[in-house]
Amino acid sequence: MTLEGHHVSNLVVVALLAIAVWVWRLVRQNEVWRGAFRQLGRRRPVAVAVLGLYVAVGLLDSVSWIGSSRAETDAVAAHKPKSIIDRMFSGRTEKSYSKPFDRVEFYDKSPLHHPGGHPLGTDILGRDVLQVTLKGARVALLIGGLTSLIAIPLALLFGVTAGYFGRRLDDIVFFVMSTFASMPGMLLLIALIIALGRSTLSVCLALGITSWVGFCRISRGETLKLREMDYVQAARAMGVSEVRIIFRHVLPNLMHLVIITFALMFSGLVLSEAVLSWLGIGVDGSWGQMIAQAKDELSREPMIWWNIAPAGITLFVLLLAVNFLGDALRDVLDPRTVREKL
Amino acid sequence: MIAYVVRRVAYGMLIVLGVLLFLYLLFFVLTNPDDIARKAIGEKALPQVIHQWKVNHGYDKPRFPSPGHLRDNMLVEHFRRMLTFDFGRSDADDVLISRRLRDGVGPSLSLTVPLFIMGVGISILLSLLVAFFRGTYIDEAAVFLSVLAMSVSILLYIIGGQFLIGKLLKWFPISGFDRSPAVAWHFLSLPVIIGVMSILGSDIRFYRTVFIEEIYRDYVRTARAKGAGEMRVMLRHVLRNALIPILTTVVMEIPFLFTGSLLLEAFFGIPGLGSMTFDAIQGNDFSTLRTMVFIGSLFFILGQILTDISYTLVDPRIRLE
Repeated sequence: MTLEGHHVSNLVVVALLAIAVWVWRLVRQNEVWRGAFRQLGRRRPVAVAVLGLYVAVGLLDSVSWIGSSRAETDAVAAHKPKSIIDRMFSGRTEKSYSKPFDRVEFYDKSPLHHPGGHPLGTDILGRDVLQVTLKGARVALLIGGLTSLIAIPLALLFGVTAGYFGRRLDDIVFFVMSTFASMPGMLLLIALIIALGRSTLSVCLALGITSWVGFCRISRGETLKLREMDYVQAARAMGVSEVRIIFRHVLPNLMHLVIITFALMFSGLVLSEAVLSWLGIGVDGSWGQMIAQAKDELSREPMIWWNIAPAGITLFVLLLAVNFLGDALRDVLDPRTVREKL
Repeated sequence: MIAYVVRRVAYGMLIVLGVLLFLYLLFFVLTNPDDIARKAIGEKALPQVIHQWKVNHGYDKPRFPSPGHLRDNMLVEHFRRMLTFDFGRSDADDVLISRRLRDGVGPSLSLTVPLFIMGVGISILLSLLVAFFRGTYIDEAAVFLSVLAMSVSILLYIIGGQFLIGKLLKWFPISGFDRSPAVAWHFLSLPVIIGVMSILGSDIRFYRTVFIEEIYRDYVRTARAKGAGEMRVMLRHVLRNALIPILTTVVMEIPFLFTGSLLLEAFFGIPGLGSMTFDAIQGNDFSTLRTMVFIGSLFFILGQILTDISYTLVDPRIRLE
């Protein structure tokens, strides 16, 4: 059996769940973290719940397998991997646009296959808008998550080594940071995607390359401070190796900044992707793409609004939850180091 | 002072070289010249045609310096051309890029300068007001609204604004541009309003923290103790001292006024540098994109040097070292 796209994504889901359980156990063991997360839940219960809902929908769309479902009649579609969300809506396609809960097609007024069965209507290809919108949750989380997985380790690697070892290495890292910071973000992003080719991975890679500098600067500054701490000096005096000091004493003290940065970076990444989608170089299936496509639909007469509205609202609610959580996380974990404009 | 400026400029030059090296890696090493040629003239172009196109656009030379081609290679050529501002012709339609830049900078500035002035002015005024009401319901509501405003994609601001103000209320035309100022303001009003709206949320939050940090300083308490009114404290003491950190962020944005606003220009049909970049993306125009990134970072580095110098002029506490 060859490993295909949907197998990889299933494995990633399993890995993510395993990591979540592991992190959960670590948090339970640590008094400070447990207190912080409990306080977070008490301060922003709605935001936590909303984010949990998005993650759940995203996970439902990440697990997929091949196999026909009951309403499927199309022979080609039967051999494509379908996620749980797809299975919930299988066979619910129409010819083209239809209004929410309508019984007829929007343009030629012929009866629908599923009269009244599309709570958010259908789009130009006849897909159920509710289904497309739900599938966007996975894309948004993928953009924010995958990019952070690229940018944060990169920033930590450069920031911590530069801050810890200093001297020549610090000069070099500082120079690279200044070089990247001097290129206008959006233009650099576009140039990277055009040069790397247009795919989900290259969009995330480009977003990662353009967004690591901010956190690199923060982690470098913090490492400079941590390096002079008494316990680090003591460890060094006892002959603990530099690598071990970094992993045991420096990195754990940067973890709260990692979490805050992740939350604060996330909304910026998703917003950038929306702009990229409009430029035609975004990720397929994102809410940004739905908004970009719907731009022309608003200028039609009569107007088609049921495509842009759900995409805009789901995007807005996700970012709102993330922004509130990010602020709360910063207040709970670290009120001083990370400033407003990352 | 002179030694500081010289050192600052020298480091800036070094970063310019770093940017050029990065662009070289991105556009000449990571991308294949054959692919660029095929994207420009078509997938099925004959090999001779592709070769001729590569000769015309300077993609025919070897990529790296080698003993036989120490000066005659794309690395040296790329650095030489960019540093002498000889940007060559567009990969998409053979128009001179320098002429495009000259034509586009006017319309771009006519959009970005009013946007910048109004944006900074309005957000400083509003955040001063919010800081004045710190700790009250007004403050809380303003912060809440800022987070709401930050969570909306700029696409929605533009589409919503065009729809509401342009289509329903019909206050201003939805898009277009004119080179005579008497007509142009009519077209520019809507993008400026929408542009200001879209940055207001994050700006108010940022300036508010700056002001509030300043409000709890000792000298403000002293000013109150000697009997200065709240109005005078805010305007004469807090605002003037908070202007120093604000200046750094604001001056930093000035260089980007020249490169225009990609989204606003493309949406509103303003023929500036943002529209030019937009066309370059749609047409796989690598040379224009390259030039825009280079010019953008050039302005940024220049702006940074100016910021550092102006910083020392405004704040006498900073000693040049």
